[in-house]
Amino acid sequence: MVTDTEITVYHRPATLTDLGTHYCPGCTHGIAHRLVAEVIDEMGLRETTIGVASVGCSVFAYNYFDFDFVQAPHGRAPAMATGIKRVLSDRIVFTYQGDGDLASIGMGEIVAAAGRGENITVIFINNANYGMTGGQMAPTTLPGMKTTSSPNGRDVESQGYPIRTAELLATQEGAGYIVRRSLHDPKNIRLAKKAIRLAFETQVRGLGFSLVELLSSCPTNWGMDPVDALRWIEQNMIPYFPINDFKVHPVIASLRI
Amino acid sequence: MVKELLKGNIAIAEAAVRAGLQAYFGYPITPQTELLEYLSKRMPELGRTFVQAESELGAINMVYGAACTGVRVMSSSSSPGISLMMEGLSYIAGTELPVVLIDVMRGGPGLGNIAPSQQDYNQIVHGGGHGDYYPIVLAPANIQEAIDLTVLAFDLAEKYRSIVIVLLDGSLGQMMEPAELPPMQPLRESYPEWATRGAIGRERRIHTSIYLNPVEQEKTNLRILQRWQEVKKNEVRYKSYFLEDAEYVVIGFGTAGRVALSAVRAARAEGNKVGLLRPVTLAPFPAQQIEALAGSSKGILVVEMNSGQMLDDVMACVKGRTPVHFYGRPGGIVPLPDEVLVEIHRMTEKSGRLNGHPRDQWLERMVQHI
Ligand SMILES: Cc1ncc(C[n+]2csc(CCOP(=O)(O)OP(=O)(O)O)c2C)c(N)n1
Ligand code: SF4
Repeated sequence: MVTDTEITVYHRPATLTDLGTHYCPGCTHGIAHRLVAEVIDEMGLRETTIGVASVGCSVFAYNYFDFDFVQAPHGRAPAMATGIKRVLSDRIVFTYQGDGDLASIGMGEIVAAAGRGENITVIFINNANYGMTGGQMAPTTLPGMKTTSSPNGRDVESQGYPIRTAELLATQEGAGYIVRRSLHDPKNIRLAKKAIRLAFETQVRGLGFSLVELLSSCPTNWGMDPVDALRWIEQNMIPYFPINDFKVHPVIASLRI
Repeated sequence: MVKELLKGNIAIAEAAVRAGLQAYFGYPITPQTELLEYLSKRMPELGRTFVQAESELGAINMVYGAACTGVRVMSSSSSPGISLMMEGLSYIAGTELPVVLIDVMRGGPGLGNIAPSQQDYNQIVHGGGHGDYYPIVLAPANIQEAIDLTVLAFDLAEKYRSIVIVLLDGSLGQMMEPAELPPMQPLRESYPEWATRGAIGRERRIHTSIYLNPVEQEKTNLRILQRWQEVKKNEVRYKSYFLEDAEYVVIGFGTAGRVALSAVRAARAEGNKVGLLRPVTLAPFPAQQIEALAGSSKGILVVEMNSGQMLDDVMACVKGRTPVHFYGRPGGIVPLPDEVLVEIHRMTEKSGRLNGHPRDQWLERMVQHI
């Protein structure tokens, strides 16, 4: 039945600013931003959240969120977030980091933060390459995958194996919530949003370190159109980086939201 | 308040606590470690923040994060650890945040040793991190001064939204002297208008050091430099001894300055008209004072516990108007007053210009040590 009153069912989250992003068409960084903003809105955290942007394509994330934000040196976001959280323990502090930032140059900081059970949330974008600098090999680059610095495909003999970050961090006693999700289709995006919600719920409840690894596309550097890039996540990334819950605090596991 | 017998590292830590330190982040390294150990007990006792970081990289970035919230925050380390902090310091400078750092220098380069040295002068005073930035550098020569300058460091950091580094050598960190601690200041309750503490009832705030548009970056560089001009105008500090009628001048900072004072006293006792200038702020440097001394003296001797780092800054002030001599003990060796006295004699007995650079001449005399 057609009514004459229209109801908006899909609108821009209040904590996402009106600015158009600088991300390439089809890049899933934008989706991840939106999910974070939706969760912050739903949980009513706009006034108490402080974000920490990292170095990578999302360096300007602070332009797109309407709450306090700081910008960290490459890889150091978890340390900066620690500094903020330790002096403002009632605030919600999260970092937003790419895979070069978090799993390469910042591996020390992220493992230490998880080990300390630092009560922060990490949104971790795994797009299998260094996006911002033009598509070099990352710690997450798949075996055989061509990048500008592995032109013949990643040779695991000389260039090593991809690091499964979520699995690695889930071994830490201090971690309260560690999962991997993907942004390649609507169903998975909904699951990703729920995971982001649970990660922030972990922090609100003081249950320790929380991280959501998001398999994300980089159509520009992968040399694909956006749809093929999403398919590539499903067909190539998920087999190596399985979507799973690696550590879920019992309180969060029993949460109904 | 009464004087107590205090170890340098502990005295600095307690002075910071009393100056209203709200958060400390650090990593163990000799000869600074007691400072961290002391605060690991003292800060939690007072309900304040203490974290032993995973590295100096971690520590300085925790400091960076905490500084964004407007709290009084500090870290401490020694030479190799300070090197690791250079990235963070550059970011903090680029974001224009107040931060206090204590550097208790040891011998080097490399892992070097844990003996007292002044090897970090250039790294601390002339940058070290990338970019045009200007930390305020305070150099105590005794434990009372270390206490007083630590308190001052927090005030200056906030006044100029600047990094303030208290630079001392390991002997000052390790030795005990009678000194008086300041009264306990209340912790701050209000925060500056730039602090990112959650956008409660206000528009969001951002702290960043990225200015992709070079025009904006240049504006920031110029703003930082303008602020530095203010610092240079207002904050030069130095101590002078016997300079009123001095024909010859010794210049040294920190422990080297203190040792030089003993030598200067001995020279005076011999009837030599020698005085001492001890820079307390290495940055801003007492350039005008040194320029004036260059005009009025027959020679200047620079004494350092390195291979002549401040020497270059002194020479830039002297501009060839009077002979400059150098004596240094790098590598973790504290010169003895007698060694400096020999150098004073050399200066007063030798009239006229020197042949070549004072560092080269000093090195020739040092070959016996190689
Ligand atoms: C200390 C330092 N080293 C290198 C760089 C150059 N750099 C900028 S972004 C980046 C990689 C970022 O990749 P990633 O974290 O995967 O994020 P993405 O751009 O893919 O979102 C690098 C190496 C830098 N900014 N700082
Ligand atoms: S380079 Fe890749 S990660 Fe960066 S914005 Fe473009 S598509 Fe996204």
